[in-house]
Amino acid sequence: MNQSKTTDAVLVSSYLKGEESSLSILITRHKQRIYSFIYSKVFDRDVAEDVFQDTFIKVINSLKRGKYNEEGKFLPWVMRIAHNLVIDHFRKNNRMPKFENNSDFNIFSVLSDNSLNAEKGMIKEQVESDVRRLIEELPEDQKEVLMMRIYKDMSFKEISEQTGVSINTALGRMRYALINLRKVIDKHNIVLTN
Amino acid sequence: MPKMYSKPSRPERVNENLVPKDETIKFLLDYSKALSVIDYQNLKFEALLN
Repeated sequence: MNQSKTTDAVLVSSYLKGEESSLSILITRHKQRIYSFIYSKVFDRDVAEDVFQDTFIKVINSLKRGKYNEEGKFLPWVMRIAHNLVIDHFRKNNRMPKFENNSDFNIFSVLSDNSLNAEKGMIKEQVESDVRRLIEELPEDQKEVLMMRIYKDMSFKEISEQTGVSINTALGRMRYALINLRKVIDKHNIVLTN
Repeated sequence: MPKMYSKPSRPERVNENLVPKDETIKFLLDYSKALSVIDYQNLKFEALLN
């Protein structure tokens, strides 16, 4: 078939008669205009590729089902299908908006991820286990008060009630517990920072 | 300094020579070859043959 002279209408009718190569000629003839049109709306190569593919799937389905009746207006018909699919694409995206970063503003500059990364998570675990080991070295009465205050989050009133000592004694034991912990940390040059 | 409310222009202009990938075209031609619509008593059935 002489590709350059054959009109779209002739190609469409020969395609409808089963001549698959006619579709290839039609796509080759119009792909650049249709694809550029789609890309000019969506500005994304991958999305444009998808919309282009969906457009021609609709074209093929309609032609094979005998729904095409716009003789001689093949390109405007395909462009209209492409246009409708572009609108569908934006409708879908409006339901689930996407944020596009550009050179002026990057969303990740204001959104921070507060969760620890693997390394910081491991350091945190190590620090916590070091602190637990240090606490184990404290005298029993100081250790008891410190555990109740820090790990069980009890008030000094509750601690005094549970241990049977006055609030001032509990406060004193807590104070000595912290002093002793600091002493051990300084003495052994233990680094407890994340 | 006045605030700028205008949107920055698209960094890339639409290149008139944009074309879809060859794989996409091949997929469409293969799809067309595989698709057959069967007419049966005013009903249309689509069959995709591999």
